[in-house]
Amino acid sequence: MPETALLNLTNVSKAFAGVQALDRVSVEVRPGEVVGLVGENGAGKSTLIRILAGVYRPDSGTLALDGKPLTLASPRDANLHGIGIVFQEQSLLPNLTVAENIYLGQEKEFSRWGVVLWPALRAAAKRQLEKVQLNIDPATRTAHLSFAERQMVELAKALALEERTERHLVILLDEPTSVLEQREIDILFERVRALRSRASFVFVSHRLDEVLQISDRVYVMKDGKVVTEKSAAETSVPELHRLMVGRELHAEYYREARQQPPAANVAMQAERLAVAGAYRNVDFTLREGEILGIAGVIGSGREELTRTLFGFLPHSAGKLVVAGKTVRLTSPDQAAALGIGYIPRERRVEGLVLTLPIVPNITLASLRTVMQAGTIQSGKERRLAETWVEKLRVRTPGVDALCLNLSGGNQQKVVLAKWMNASSRVLIFDHPTRGLDVGAKEEVYDLMRTLSEQGIAMVLTADTLEETIGLSHSILVMRDGEVTARLDAMPGSKPAQVDLIRHMV
Amino acid sequence: MEVKQTTAKIIPEPAAVQGRPTPRRMLSRKSLERIKSLAPLIALLALSLLIGARNPRFFDFFNLVRIANSAAIPLVLAMGATFVILLGSVDLSVEGVLAFGAVVVAILVHNDMNQNSFGWFAPLFSIAAGAAIGFLNGLVHVKARIPSFMVTLGSWFVGIGLATLILGGTNARVLDPQIRALALTRFLNFPLAVWVSVAILVIAWLIERFTVFGRHVFAIGGGEDLAALSGIHIERVKILVFTLAGAFYGIGGVLAAAQLGQGNATIGDGRLFSTITAVVVGGTSLSGGSGGVLNTLVGVLIIAVIGNGMVLLGISPDLQQAVQGVIIIIAVAASIDRQRMKFVK
Repeated sequence: MPETALLNLTNVSKAFAGVQALDRVSVEVRPGEVVGLVGENGAGKSTLIRILAGVYRPDSGTLALDGKPLTLASPRDANLHGIGIVFQEQSLLPNLTVAENIYLGQEKEFSRWGVVLWPALRAAAKRQLEKVQLNIDPATRTAHLSFAERQMVELAKALALEERTERHLVILLDEPTSVLEQREIDILFERVRALRSRASFVFVSHRLDEVLQISDRVYVMKDGKVVTEKSAAETSVPELHRLMVGRELHAEYYREARQQPPAANVAMQAERLAVAGAYRNVDFTLREGEILGIAGVIGSGREELTRTLFGFLPHSAGKLVVAGKTVRLTSPDQAAALGIGYIPRERRVEGLVLTLPIVPNITLASLRTVMQAGTIQSGKERRLAETWVEKLRVRTPGVDALCLNLSGGNQQKVVLAKWMNASSRVLIFDHPTRGLDVGAKEEVYDLMRTLSEQGIAMVLTADTLEETIGLSHSILVMRDGEVTARLDAMPGSKPAQVDLIRHMV
Repeated sequence: MEVKQTTAKIIPEPAAVQGRPTPRRMLSRKSLERIKSLAPLIALLALSLLIGARNPRFFDFFNLVRIANSAAIPLVLAMGATFVILLGSVDLSVEGVLAFGAVVVAILVHNDMNQNSFGWFAPLFSIAAGAAIGFLNGLVHVKARIPSFMVTLGSWFVGIGLATLILGGTNARVLDPQIRALALTRFLNFPLAVWVSVAILVIAWLIERFTVFGRHVFAIGGGEDLAALSGIHIERVKILVFTLAGAFYGIGGVLAAAQLGQGNATIGDGRLFSTITAVVVGGTSLSGGSGGVLNTLVGVLIIAVIGNGMVLLGISPDLQQAVQGVIIIIAVAASIDRQRMKFVK
């Protein structure tokens, strides 16, 4: 179908702090079309969307609108060219009214000598709301709206661009359905279909069935590249999934040769564990030296389960046994005292005090090991830190370097050193390799194997299925808050990704 | 993921994203919010009734005039501070700018220190002087990226210092009857200063309610990153807010000089506390984005009524200051939704 493209991206690349987020990506959007964009976390979908929206500028490559080259200096600039975005994190100001939000930054069109003509602005906002068939008073404060209503207001805000450009609009929908109920999704889709005469849409979602339901064409992204482009009619959910995650498993990457069977001693056990509204009836036994992977899509309850195990989200029913003691973890410090450590995904926020040097970060969770007579023995603390830096091969000019200045992989090692110094016996890995480059990832995998040899038990929620399968001894698969499968993952008999996916979706 | 972190910074997550409110909860939240927004007004009425019940003279017309008179300068000052606090910033320069403004007017009108007699032009110089300090506050805050707290803490002392420098540590007595008339002449029983403060209130309300500038102040206070993405000129708005605040403090300086009949460097003492207290007690959030000038009016009246009431009830003057201190802490405790705050610094 050689239709003329409305918006063209050609060979666009973008890197962040050394991580290649987009690698020579080419995408086109035709008039009146809904284009789906799918891929795993970190595949580059959000970066791509943000380049289209003018939030980021590409490092290389070109954009073209109606065949003419285009540079977007800011989101506002993108707006002026008829490109609007409905962000995944809703971007309305809750303290302003709906009308004010729709025309935020645009009040000049409704003002004389700096004085806003509110009735005119409200009437215009009302017209936008009618486009999405949302029957609310534009003078309502946004904080009073439901989630779905806010999403519709965002859509109305994007459609308001019509009045500022002669062009056909391009509206970017970044995970718009992740916070909506099915009924609300239906309404959104119905509006998207109805609005195709005036706008093209780019739809990003991790829900593949929805993508297929609404899109004409689908781009599949992986590791910052577009791996394929399919007509929605000619593909299926399983095929898309295979394309998204499909990479040859290579045993060496995950150090499978070093994977040893776990010891007999139980480090942590859960019986019918539940958190109301998040997950229920979760049973597992975690042995010393074992890595237990938890797989599941967003909303499956696996994130919440991880949070329960470090005291962020106390369970509401069932039993949790740690080192032989039945416990209910109500705070992280309680978990830490029981020998549980947490390696967070947001290590820059939750894992480290970035503005402090390596030394105090390592002893943060176990200061008493370097205390004497109520004071910190700085010589001892320093030697301890040096030992860890050496043992974990943290690349740093010295132990006095601020964690701020370390690379992601080295920061993660300092987090690990902190928990190892606190003699943690159970480590909760919450997306431990997020944002790390391949080399740093391999070092983390190496460390995990070493920890395993030392009898440390680990719970892992990983960014990719591949990582979950490669690293784990056993895998829990969750869907809609329940465990749907338990799979053994010893080397040589690792399950395939489709075995997991079947129980995930 | 690296990418995600960057965007999280650019697109702030609205505070309300955590839960998915059901329609019923929304309703109660809406009415709860309405009650909360009326709380300062209810407190004002309750306080008045309470004091009036203990001492009926509270409701005497001339006591009400007295309250209005004592609220006039705080109102003018708090109008300026309201816009700053709506931004989520803070302005500590009130006393310095006020003293500088008062001294400027005192030495430019007919006075006992020099031969000047600029009459009604003198207050314009005070206002301009205040606006200039405010403009510098905003400029330094925005361009040098120094927290408003520190910039205005510094300019507070600069203002006092300039006032001291001009007068050499003495007083300048205001001999111009026109300026004194602001405090001494009454119209409909209220001193002219009260009418000036009402005029300032109306101007501030019009700015807040009907101008693009006013709307942008709220947008910045509600989410600066998002406001910037919407094409709002953040820096320009901020500088303008501080300039406006400075101008209002300058007017406060003129009124203070008129009231006391002199200008000196200590004329603003204690004004910072009552200004910030009035804004916060009135219900303007210190984190910015909610509240406004009408809230501040109520806040100013609460402070004035309490001050007046403590006198009427014969509370020892030694105790009064401590009472005011307790009130601001209670007001903040009642106004901030602390469950939503992750950290309190």
